[in-house]
Amino acid sequence: MTTQAPQFPGAPVVRREAREKVTGTARYAADRAPSGCLYAWTVPAAVAAGRVTAVRAVDALAVPGVHTVLTHDNAPRLQEPDDPILAVLQDDRVPHHGWPIALVIAESLEAARTGAGELHVEYARDEHDVTLTDDHPGLYTPEEANAGAPAVRVRGDAERALAASPVQIDATYRMGALHNHPMEPHAATAVWAEGRLTVHDSSQGSTKVRESLAQAFGLAPDAVTVVSEHVGGGFGSKGTTRPQGILAAMAARHTGRPVKLVLPRAQLPEVVGHRAPTIQRVRLGADLDGVLTAVSHEVVTQTSTVKEFVEQAAVPARVMYASPNSRTGHRVVALDVPSPSWMRAPGEASGMYALESAMDELASALGLDPVELRLRNEPETEPDSGLPFSSRGLAACLRDGAARFGWHDRDPRPAARQEGRWLIGTGVASATYPVLVSRSTATAHAAPDGALRIRVNATDIGTGARTVLAQIAADALGVAPEAVQVDIGSTDLPAAPLAGGSSGTASWGWAVHKAAADLAARLAEQSGPLPAEGITATADTEQETAEEPPYARHAFGAHFAETAVDAVTGEVRVRRLLGVYAAGRILNARTARSQFTGGMVMGIGMALTEGCGIDPAFGDFTAKDLASYHVPVCADTADIQAHWIEEDDRHLNPMGSKGIGEIGIVGTAAAIGNAVRHATGARLRELPLTPDTLLPYLL
Amino acid sequence: MDSLALGADLEPEPVVDEHSTVTLHVNGDPTTLTVDHRTTVLETLRESFELTGAKKGCDHGQCGACTVLVDGRRVNSCLLLAVAQDGATITTVEGLADGESLHPVQRAFVERDALQCGFCTPGQICSAVGMLREAADGHPSHVTGPDTAAGPAGPVALDADEIRERMSGNLCRCGAYPRIVEAIEDVIE
Ligand code: FES
Ligand code: FES
Repeated sequence: MTTQAPQFPGAPVVRREAREKVTGTARYAADRAPSGCLYAWTVPAAVAAGRVTAVRAVDALAVPGVHTVLTHDNAPRLQEPDDPILAVLQDDRVPHHGWPIALVIAESLEAARTGAGELHVEYARDEHDVTLTDDHPGLYTPEEANAGAPAVRVRGDAERALAASPVQIDATYRMGALHNHPMEPHAATAVWAEGRLTVHDSSQGSTKVRESLAQAFGLAPDAVTVVSEHVGGGFGSKGTTRPQGILAAMAARHTGRPVKLVLPRAQLPEVVGHRAPTIQRVRLGADLDGVLTAVSHEVVTQTSTVKEFVEQAAVPARVMYASPNSRTGHRVVALDVPSPSWMRAPGEASGMYALESAMDELASALGLDPVELRLRNEPETEPDSGLPFSSRGLAACLRDGAARFGWHDRDPRPAARQEGRWLIGTGVASATYPVLVSRSTATAHAAPDGALRIRVNATDIGTGARTVLAQIAADALGVAPEAVQVDIGSTDLPAAPLAGGSSGTASWGWAVHKAAADLAARLAEQSGPLPAEGITATADTEQETAEEPPYARHAFGAHFAETAVDAVTGEVRVRRLLGVYAAGRILNARTARSQFTGGMVMGIGMALTEGCGIDPAFGDFTAKDLASYHVPVCADTADIQAHWIEEDDRHLNPMGSKGIGEIGIVGTAAAIGNAVRHATGARLRELPLTPDTLLPYLL
Repeated sequence: MDSLALGADLEPEPVVDEHSTVTLHVNGDPTTLTVDHRTTVLETLRESFELTGAKKGCDHGQCGACTVLVDGRRVNSCLLLAVAQDGATITTVEGLADGESLHPVQRAFVERDALQCGFCTPGQICSAVGMLREAADGHPSHVTGPDTAAGPAGPVALDADEIRERMSGNLCRCGAYPRIVEAIEDVIE
């Protein structure tokens, strides 16, 4: 498919809802208080495996204000949900710690919470197994990994090539579970009225949530409205339907009153998904010039007994570097743990930590500059598929980033630079993220008074979707963006896919562009005043997005980090972080920069502070709240810069854009880890790089 | 801050059924209401006053999303019980603008794109307003040098490090920090 030349100037238009957000008038899912609203509080399972044998609710029901306690005994029966994580309060089984086993509903939040504390739950405990090891007997090779990636891909004979390579790296990298922790906890406000269900849900895509609710409650989809007007971040954890909407709807049906449910922060990690822990073995073989002869990336990870989700961490190795021999594979074991799911750049963020650390190890072994090593292994075509790249800006990003960062002044020797008690080092890593797009519908309407309105059920989780869609429509209509009204965030609007996979702008924007272009053509034909109902153009990109273009399509980037390591305490500070991206046409420089740097900030957390274990005795996550699970704070973010290279790629969509929401995190942790190695000489192969893990190397 | 602050015509009510009557001066208007003793200022603002600008990110004093100004100082409103704030003056993000005219910190956040999802934003803005006042009043921070002429002697000059340190009680998972710092720098200039 070839589209016309992209037209977008990338104007840094201010995000539309900024005023509502700075004045506190933007409404999120929990900011609704329908009259007569009840408040719900979830009770999580306190064991990791077994059955609920009794829930004694007498004391809870005696708490003034408590209305009802729902358990598997009395909760409304659901049709089989489209995702097993939604089958809450349906039976007595406890598949993992934190699984919701009861819902206390009361006249006030305080009463609901007090009631939850008065609930006496008895369990029949089973033995649980929550510990991932790389020799776990339950490990198996799945049919496929996340996003439909083949579990295993083999080219040539990696084993033999490795054995014959003059330079070899064989390293295993580990990371614990990572939690999305959007600042807005998952929340839903549900109202049943006259057989219709309306839910304000904190979701990345209400079209999908409506489907799930209709399915679970046996309703026609048009009997369900789901609104996600403003969403306080998701990072994957609100991608598909999560239990809060189901629970709130159950409670509202059971009580006949509106119900508001906000999942308590410390319950989120076990209910809404997380990035699964991984153990990744990367083996690289190269000749003495640093040209790769073999790449092997083997991933071991875990899923729950509820569903299979396989973090596709070996997938980026299929895209990154040329090598005649390659093996990339995933094995997974189902443990008694919460279900993993998407977290910002699933697969790429975790996998590129390992691959890009191994590339750094190879550069060290060869005595070759790490930027140069990557440039020497640029492939002609996508290594795994043999397809030509629609565009591949990695080399340009590495070169541009190196120049901006001052990379070439670097003394390559490790532990060579010290300022007082601080050991200084720099590191580099590449980044990649695939171009994804889904079918969407949209309408463009011109009213007789000239007002222009776009309608599409897109979701703004912080990306600036309203703004960029107005820009896209305005471009097609030949007007200023301010002249276009954009309605998003409700299932009353034309169906559209979720904000995920960095595909929102491409998917919605394509439909918006198509509808707006059609409207522009019809307006041009129109002579005289418009009809009273105006003119509406409807677009559906089913056909356009079904075509599989014969190109490998990915965004690329390069990350450069300067770190200072306290030689006394082992504390790591990121002094500078610079990313350069090649992500097609940047449609809005202001909001795009925010997304890139936002991803980089999350990468700092992944590198230095984030990581969660599972307690083998109790089977629960050990760091469930924001006091124990440390996301980056303002003081962790010194000099963070994002730049980009304009790409003119005609094989994407009418806007010429690639997704930008996730690539910022990819490679950031490796760049920081590589910088820490350069600063100290210590190669740690486990994230996060906390002071206690570094100290032994500094003494 | 105590029941003595009640208006002359209001008798303190006896504690009955774990509820009490308090008067809160929210965004300029005094309101007398009965609160459950377990109810936080945050919950009161959101559910009784329908001022949902202040957000609940954790309910445990760990995130700053609920930051408001109480008697001019920034606080985590999820950690204050409403019953203990009788007579307090509370400013929320809804009370910062002067009619249609945004507070300088709000304007700078818009201009700098110092927000993405916007969920932390009301807390960040209230925190920044409180923080500017603290620095002006000479309160040192962890990164204020020992030789700085801070204290009653004079205000602390806020460079980027000072801003970052002082704003670190407000988490932003979208990672808008670099833009937040720029926005606050704009206001200082
Ligand atoms: S909600 Fe108060 S600090 Fe998080
Ligand atoms: S803007 Fe989303 S959490 Fe700060």
